[in-house]
Amino acid sequence: MDTILAIVIGGLFAAGFYSLLRRSIVKLVIGIILLSNATNLLIFTASGLTRGRPPLVIEGADALAHPHADPLPQALILTAIVIGFGVLAFVLVLVHRAYQTIETDDMDKIKGIDT
Amino acid sequence: MSIIISILSGFALAFFAPVLYRFGCGATGWIVAMLPLCLTAYFSSFIPEISAGGNTTESFRWIPSLGINLSFYLDGLSLIFALLISGIGALVLIYAGRYLSGHPHLGRFYLYILMFMASMLGVVLADNLITLFVFWELTSLSSYFLIGFEHDRHESRAAALQALLVTGIGGLALLAGFILLGQAGGSLEFSNLLHSGDVIRNHQLYAPILLLVLAGAFTKSAQVPFHFWLPSAMEAPTPVSAYLHSATMVKAGIYLLARLSPVLGGTDLWRYSLTTAGATTMVVGAYMAIQQYDLKLILAYSTVSVLGILTMLLGLGTELSIKAAMVFLVGHVLYKAALFLVSGAVDHETGTRDVNRLGGLWRTMPITAIAAGLAALSMSGLPPFFGFIGKELLYEAGLTAQSAAHLLTGISLLTGMLLFAAAWEAGIRPFIGRQYTLPKKPHEPPVSLWLGPALLAGSGLTCGVAPGLVDISLITPAVSAIIAHPVRVKLALWHGFNPVLAIGIITVVGGLGVFAGRSKLIKILPQLSNDFVFSPTYLYKRSLDGLMMIASLQTRIIQCGYQRYYLLTIFTVTSALILYTLIRLGGLHGPVSLSNIQFYEVGLAALILMGALLSILTNSRLTAVAALGVVGYSVALIYIIYGAPDLANTQILIETLTVILFVLVVYHLPNFSQLSSVAARIRDALISLFAGGTMTALVLKATNVQFHPTISSYFAENSVPLAHGRNVVNVILVDFRALDTLGEITVLAVSAIGVYALLKLKPKPEEV
Repeated sequence: MDTILAIVIGGLFAAGFYSLLRRSIVKLVIGIILLSNATNLLIFTASGLTRGRPPLVIEGADALAHPHADPLPQALILTAIVIGFGVLAFVLVLVHRAYQTIETDDMDKIKGIDT
Repeated sequence: MSIIISILSGFALAFFAPVLYRFGCGATGWIVAMLPLCLTAYFSSFIPEISAGGNTTESFRWIPSLGINLSFYLDGLSLIFALLISGIGALVLIYAGRYLSGHPHLGRFYLYILMFMASMLGVVLADNLITLFVFWELTSLSSYFLIGFEHDRHESRAAALQALLVTGIGGLALLAGFILLGQAGGSLEFSNLLHSGDVIRNHQLYAPILLLVLAGAFTKSAQVPFHFWLPSAMEAPTPVSAYLHSATMVKAGIYLLARLSPVLGGTDLWRYSLTTAGATTMVVGAYMAIQQYDLKLILAYSTVSVLGILTMLLGLGTELSIKAAMVFLVGHVLYKAALFLVSGAVDHETGTRDVNRLGGLWRTMPITAIAAGLAALSMSGLPPFFGFIGKELLYEAGLTAQSAAHLLTGISLLTGMLLFAAAWEAGIRPFIGRQYTLPKKPHEPPVSLWLGPALLAGSGLTCGVAPGLVDISLITPAVSAIIAHPVRVKLALWHGFNPVLAIGIITVVGGLGVFAGRSKLIKILPQLSNDFVFSPTYLYKRSLDGLMMIASLQTRIIQCGYQRYYLLTIFTVTSALILYTLIRLGGLHGPVSLSNIQFYEVGLAALILMGALLSILTNSRLTAVAALGVVGYSVALIYIIYGAPDLANTQILIETLTVILFVLVVYHLPNFSQLSSVAARIRDALISLFAGGTMTALVLKATNVQFHPTISSYFAENSVPLAHGRNVVNVILVDFRALDTLGEITVLAVSAIGVYALLKLKPKPEEV
């Protein structure tokens, strides 16, 4: 499964990069969402996959029973998802506002505008 | 009072000087001159101790792990320079207060020149090589500000930049030399290196060290072929030329060579490089001096010549030549600073510095004329002036040189004659003969303008008549410091009838001849123009132009202004670097564990990829939102399958919010449009696939690298006992790493404020 997820991650990154390279400013936002998902999956997969063993300590035990999914990357990704949403909200509104002010969605026309 | 305070007080006063000027106005020159006067007195108090053979050190820790200390060393050599810097500094400050009175930036001028004075004191007092280098660069920097003081003039700015670049490049070489020297000698302190001269001279790094140090010293002290910046630096106000570009800063290179003589000196390489550079410089400088008509340029080129003489004398390295160098140095400072200040006074009073338009000024400016005359006589090497003693010693050192004695003496004689003529041209001719009509009606300048020249020229006479005043107290300890063993210098005007006297007489006769026939000579002699193809000035201009051209070309290519090209560069370079690293660390890793794959997992993967593809290809905004939703929810499912229920929760929540937000905003945005050409899209697709493929390779590699397990197992074992929580992920977030979560909340809050500001705050109509 690692291999398939690796291809999925590569595909998400490729789609994200492609989106970021577009001239339309709205596509930037799509690129950011895709990249954010790709990165989270990258951290998740790179630290090793364990199927169906969430890092929950069962009643009566003092420690996690082996094998278990690695809790640390999960904590990192959880933070990343939330922050990614914060960034996305800001970018989305920024693009919206920029479009209102500059009245173009073409990145090439934004060049040199000082408003 | 300690040495470091004497330096820091200069910097402190420098920063207060502009404020002081606002209140003190015309008297500021006199007020700020009190500091160098006090410093002169302070350094004079060391004379008894130093002349008895002692020295003083002072050290503060700076970066001890690298052997860098803020340490100072005062011996005979430092003392003579420190006295010259502070003493002449006082006179120049008094002079400048009057010379530049009414200038809108006079306050700033005090700042620069005091900063220079403090830095220069730092150079000559530093014990640590790095400390010395820092002060050395500070002198270059303050010189830059001072040369470009009239910054609205293009010539000033160009000259300032030229001086900065030439001395700055030399400075870099010097730093490299110092670091190598520190490695070879095992210490960065002069006071330690002094004792390991033999080790360093036999070290394999000796030649690079010497060449790098010489590059620094030669650029700073304007040796041919780096001499061209010094005449250009005459764009600076005259007090600056007198102080930096004749008396002190250009002597920093000489100081360094003298200081390092016991460490690096005495080898053939040292002797030949210094005498060759010095002898060339002294002739070229003197030759160009007599071809000038501008008072300041005559003096500037003669300064170049004298710097050559000093370099040559240090290169010879005999006791006699070192003695000659120190005497010549003091004599030169006294007469040359005086002549520069006089040229400024003449310029100030008459409105011109052109020697062809000046004459007979002794009638209207008698005191200035006397000062100028005394200084010029000392410069021309006539008895009973101090310059005479210096010139005698120069010839004597040339005659007793180990090799090429006749050649060196001949060059010295030629230089002596030319300098004689230059001295008379600059110091005597403007004051004698007939008067010309001048831009201004000349009259005697105020006391602050003649005090400096008069005192300096008077000292030249006094030291000549009574050399006993300085020989034991100042010259002896300085020479001892350079030779690194105690010597006793006794100076006298009269040495009896000997070859040196004969050469001296020839110099006077020849010099008078050159002076009288100068206008004819200029026509006959070939001009060393600054514009011929291989002249240093031409090469400097060409390399500067070339540098600017490359810079603008590079800027046009790299800083194109298009976001996507920056991104393209970043994607390509980053991917290439990652691939390179992956291959270097044991090669790429192929597919692993293709067995044990559930069919629904493959389905999810296909769903994600199709969603991503659809989201970037569609032109419909709603389709894009839906496709992104498919990607997000499928990722959440993957989290569930692989034991991360919390992630799945969060992902589903956030994904829902994202879709809502997107739908809310996206309808205020334009429809997606295809803006780029097909070719651009193919190029972008290929680069994206390459970068994405790199990420795939990275993941494959990463899953096969065993991470150190300690961190996670710590959380796995301590979650219940320490934090009393059974969901380890939650415990990490709210307990073990709670501060990080606080940071995360802060980010969200900042983002929310940003969103609010963007939505609610509109610029007022008049600002649009």
